[in-house]
Amino acid sequence: MAGVATSTRQRSRIAPYLMILPALVYLAIFFVWPLVALARTSLSTMSGSVFLPTLTFAWDFGNYAEAFTTYREQILRSFGYAATATVLCLLLAFPLAYVIAFKAGRFKNLILGLVILPFFVTFLIRTIAWKIILSDDGWVVSALGAVGLLPSEGRLLSTSWAVIGGLTYNWIIFMILPLYVSLEKIDPRLLEASRDLYSSNARSFTKVILPLAMPGVLAGSLLVFIPAVGDFINADYLGSTQTTMIGNVIQKQFLVVKDYPVASALSFVLMSLILAGVLLYTRALGTEDLV
Amino acid sequence: MTAQTAVANPGGAAPAAKPVRARPKWGDLALRVLAGLVLLYLFLPIFVIVLFSFNNPSGKFNYSWQGFTLDNWADPFKYPQLTEALKLSLNVAAVSTAIALVLGTLVAIALVRQRFAGYRAVDTFMVLPLTAPEVVMGASLLVLFLDLGWHTGYTTIVLAHIAFEVSFIAMTVRARVRGFDWTLEDASLDLGAGPLRTFFKVTLPLIVPGIVAAAMLSFALSLDDFIVTYFVSGSTVTYPLYVNAAVKAAVPPQINVLATAILVVSLALLALGTLYRRKRIDGV
Repeated sequence: MAGVATSTRQRSRIAPYLMILPALVYLAIFFVWPLVALARTSLSTMSGSVFLPTLTFAWDFGNYAEAFTTYREQILRSFGYAATATVLCLLLAFPLAYVIAFKAGRFKNLILGLVILPFFVTFLIRTIAWKIILSDDGWVVSALGAVGLLPSEGRLLSTSWAVIGGLTYNWIIFMILPLYVSLEKIDPRLLEASRDLYSSNARSFTKVILPLAMPGVLAGSLLVFIPAVGDFINADYLGSTQTTMIGNVIQKQFLVVKDYPVASALSFVLMSLILAGVLLYTRALGTEDLV
Repeated sequence: MTAQTAVANPGGAAPAAKPVRARPKWGDLALRVLAGLVLLYLFLPIFVIVLFSFNNPSGKFNYSWQGFTLDNWADPFKYPQLTEALKLSLNVAAVSTAIALVLGTLVAIALVRQRFAGYRAVDTFMVLPLTAPEVVMGASLLVLFLDLGWHTGYTTIVLAHIAFEVSFIAMTVRARVRGFDWTLEDASLDLGAGPLRTFFKVTLPLIVPGIVAAAMLSFALSLDDFIVTYFVSGSTVTYPLYVNAAVKAAVPPQINVLATAILVVSLALLALGTLYRRKRIDGV
C-alpha cells in the first residue's frame, strides 16, 4: 500500500489538535474519570448501612488483599478459561482463515460474509441457543452418550467445558478476521519459493506462513482474550456455581451485594493485568493490526 | 488444482496469479473439510435460533422442540415490552452512533493526515477503551454516575455507548482512509476553495465509504451491547436486557422471530452492499 501522500502545503499546526480535542475531552470525562473514580473507590472504606453506605477515601489497600484472597479461585479460573478459549479459537480459526485466504478463489467474499453473518444475532440469543444445543435432553448429549463418549448421567451444560465452548464461540470472529487479514497479505510466491527450495508442507507452514501470520495471531489473541476474561454471560447461562468468573463476581458485588470497594479493587486487578499485556503489545507491534 | 489459483487482493499490492504444482491432494482436501466444519459450527446456533422461531413451546421456556407452528411469525410483536425494548435499542444505537461518528471521524482524519507532536500518545490512548474489559467499563461508569448522583437511564446508556463507540469508529475510519491522496485537498485550496468548502467537497466524499462502514459497526455494537448497558441502565430496558431478563423468567419464541428477522435484514443489506460494489467496479 502506498504511503501517506505528504502535503506540499504547510498545514495548520493547531488543526489536528482542534480535531482530536472533542473526542479526547469526551473520553477524559467518560473513560478516564470513571477509572479514577473506580480507583478511589477501590481504596475507600465503607461504613453505614447496606442501604445507605458511605465511602471514605482512606488508601485502604485491604480491599485488594480481600479481592485477591476471597476471589483467588475466580481470578485463576477466568484467566484459565479465557486462555483455553483463545487457544481453541486459534485452532478453529486458522484452517478457516487459511482456506478463505488461499483456496476460496472467487467465493472469498461470499465465505467472509457467511463467517460474519452469525454475529448479527444478539450475543445473548446465540448463548441461549448453545444452552439448547448442550441441554441434557438435547441431541448432542444423547449422541455422545450413544457412542460412549459421555457417561449415562453425564452432562455438558453446567460444566467448565460448556463455559469455555461459549467463550470460544462468541469471540471466534475476532480471531478469524485478523488472521485472515494477515494471511491474505502473504505473497503466494513466497510459498512457491519455499517449495522450489524443497521445503515440505509442514516446513513451509512453520517457516513461512506462521511467522508472517504472527501479527494476526497476536491481534486475534488479544481481541478474544480481553472480552472473554471479563465476561459473565457464558458462565451465567452455560455454567454452574462451580464455574463463576471474575465478571460474575464484579457484577454481583456491584449490582446485588453493593460492596463497592472490593468490587472496584477486583475490577482494577483485572484491568491492570490486561492493560499491561496490551501496552506490551502496542509497544512491540503498534496499533494498526488491532482493528 | 490444475490451472491457477487466482488470489484476489482487494487491499492493493496484488501479487500475480501463480501456477500451483500438482501435489498429493488429500491434505488439501482435509483442510477444506476442516474449514467447512468450522463454518458449520459457526452456523449451528443460528440454525437452532431459526428453527425454534417455529416452535410451539408448551411451557414458559422455548428450550425444547414441541412442534411446528407459524403462530409466532404471525404475531411477532405479541409482547409489547419486547417490541418497546427493541425500539429503545434502535434509538440508543442511532443517537449514540451519530454523536460518536462526529467525534471519532475527526480523530481519524487528524491521525491519518499528518504527524503532529503527541501523535503516538493520542494513537495509543484511542486504543485503550477498546482494550478495557466491558465489565470494568460498565462498573467504572456506574461509580462515576453514583458519585455525580445522576439517575441512571436512557441518557447514561447513550453516554456510555458513545464512550466505547468513539474508539471503534476512529480506528475503523483510520484503517479505511489510510493511503489516501491528501494532496487533493491542496489542489482544492489552490483552486480557490475555502477550507470549509474543501472539507465538504473533497475530504468528505473521499472518506464516506469508511464512515459508512464505521457507522454500521458502531450501530451493531450498540444494539448488541449487554454488559456495559447492564451497569448503567437503571430500570430502563434495552433489547439485550429484555432477553437477559427473559432467560430468568420466560423465553417467548418471539425473541427468536425478531432475531431471525434482524438476521434476514442484515443478510439483505450485505447482499445489497456487495451488489452495489460490484456494479460500481463493473461500471467504471
